[in-house]
Amino acid sequence: MYRYDEFDQAFVNARVAEFSDQVQRRLSGELTEDQFKPLRLMNGVYLQLHAYMLRVAIPYGTLSSRQLRMLAHIARKYDKGYGHFTTRQNIQYNWPALADMPACLADLASVEMHAIQTSGNCIRNVTADHFAGAAADEVADPRPYAEILRQWSSVHPEFSYLPRKFKIAVTGAERDRAAIQVHDIGLHLKKNEAGELGFAVYVGGGQGRTPMIAKKIKDFLPEEHLLSYTTAIMRVYNLHGRRDNKYKARIKILVHETGTAELSAQIEQEWLAIKDGELKLPQSDIQAIDRYFALPDLPARPEGDEAIKLARLDSRDFGTWVDQNVITHKHPDYACVTISLKGIGEAPGDASDAQMNLVADIAERYAFDEIRVSHEQNLILPHVARADLKAVYDRLVEGQLHTANAGLITDIIACPGLDYCALANARSIPVAQEISDRFADPVRQQEIGELKLKISGCINACGHHHVGHIGILGVEKKGTELYQITLGGSGDEVTSIGEIVGRGFAPEEITDAVETVVDTYLGLRLDKSEKFLDAYRRVGAAPFKEALYGSDAKAA
Amino acid sequence: MKVLTANRLTDGIAVWWCETDGWIETILGAKPAASKDEEAALEAVGTEAGRTNFAVDINLIDVNVVEGVPVPVRIRERIRAAGPTNRTDLGKQAEGKLPPQAAPTPFITPANA
Repeated sequence: MYRYDEFDQAFVNARVAEFSDQVQRRLSGELTEDQFKPLRLMNGVYLQLHAYMLRVAIPYGTLSSRQLRMLAHIARKYDKGYGHFTTRQNIQYNWPALADMPACLADLASVEMHAIQTSGNCIRNVTADHFAGAAADEVADPRPYAEILRQWSSVHPEFSYLPRKFKIAVTGAERDRAAIQVHDIGLHLKKNEAGELGFAVYVGGGQGRTPMIAKKIKDFLPEEHLLSYTTAIMRVYNLHGRRDNKYKARIKILVHETGTAELSAQIEQEWLAIKDGELKLPQSDIQAIDRYFALPDLPARPEGDEAIKLARLDSRDFGTWVDQNVITHKHPDYACVTISLKGIGEAPGDASDAQMNLVADIAERYAFDEIRVSHEQNLILPHVARADLKAVYDRLVEGQLHTANAGLITDIIACPGLDYCALANARSIPVAQEISDRFADPVRQQEIGELKLKISGCINACGHHHVGHIGILGVEKKGTELYQITLGGSGDEVTSIGEIVGRGFAPEEITDAVETVVDTYLGLRLDKSEKFLDAYRRVGAAPFKEALYGSDAKAA
Repeated sequence: MKVLTANRLTDGIAVWWCETDGWIETILGAKPAASKDEEAALEAVGTEAGRTNFAVDINLIDVNVVEGVPVPVRIRERIRAAGPTNRTDLGKQAEGKLPPQAAPTPFITPANA
């Protein structure tokens, strides 16, 4: 993992001192709310429905046990005993007092963490494949490049007041687990024919009220040009991005209104002027960052297969969990484990302080002290010896963290929605809880197979509903909540935006409607190997509309 | 009818204006404005709360009076007066500060009821 150098630590400490002073000046009345609001937002402090909310950055979702324990400590000391892991691989707390923020941030700084740039019109937390550095199908670890981007973008003087927020994601595998095509910039790390590393560069993707799939503007950008080319993109956006209308201020609108070819030409022109300047990355710098992300020294543990075989005989539930929540590691004796934060009927992404401490203990004992947060709101242990999987599973059972549903219909992404969020129009979490309860039966979930269900409580789409195989968008209509269903979305290497199937459903109807969609799929799939998304792409929306709306389907 | 609400500066907790007790942590005692003049008086209270840095996000919200209790019209404000509906152990509802009339609509479908 990356460790702060003296400069990093001094910078974060200075920022804590600066924000502490700003908080004190606000509390004393020296600063007005209008003056203070942009300052608190630059430090991740929002005001929500019930209280302040603090969003803490977790760079590319990577945590040590020490850091996760501190997140548990924050939850316990300054909040109400839990935190919410987000789709930006961050964590947010729902109840901290403003007066406690300086102490809270000082505690975070003591473990090399902060809340800088988790809000505001700046470059936000750079996200990456949550299996980075471990997945068997990866070309190279994307995190060193995410870290280079993090260092470059932190309080970048030129890019701290962009037209709108800016999100970058990096993946290092053909299988896109970082949803790069719905980001402002998506980077696909790959090798060219000569075996050199570089990036396919995508620009202008995003969700929100105007969902768009990013356009590929470069097939292969050599790695040394990562910062110069990104700077060129940012400059063109900063200069031409719309500042007259916040709903049209993201780079996706600039790409759409300018045209991909013209915008690419502008970026190329800007890049040619700077590409061989100071932003060109020396190999020594890349290698220096790479070393922080070296694969741990993984000793041979060939006894894993036999151990799993025996444990399966002992526990059917363990076997189901292995099949569902464990994926192949690049080392044959090891595996990547998904710890589901989607217990049946639970709020997606929420974890108690005790659960965080438990995961930290497990990671320290069995997983080389490393934890990841996935954008799907789960936790990941990237390096676990297969021989230790049963021991890990048994510990997870202690914390009710053993739900075997990774990638299944109850592994739902949901934003906080109207239960917490000041922007939301409808509740999200209770919808997720109800659907989870309805589909609780593990046999039924297995029968349905891979199905990504994502719920947002407003058009800002923090719950990624546009790229849900089944997406649900909550709106407010005539003072009540109403839920629109979209179908066929996907945030992987074949990204698609879901299509609205028809009129919305009342709260008491939405779970039935989802069940109707699922039953329709089960009735029309060619066989069990045809996943929901594949079946939808084959048959289109018509059978689902017919099932949902009957004779009203055409009108819908 | 309207009541005056805000979030307290120091901790962000939702508060409502009560004619007799000042800013309180429950909507129960909030007195709705019955006329334009009373609304203007509430607005003046809100402006002062902002000016003196007691509160932020100060708003007049629509309510109906049900059995003597102000019940917000919008579900957003009903949830704000109660706490998260998925965590009834948290917020006003857990602190005895929520009149039952003002509780948000539970999210329960007939199948699970």
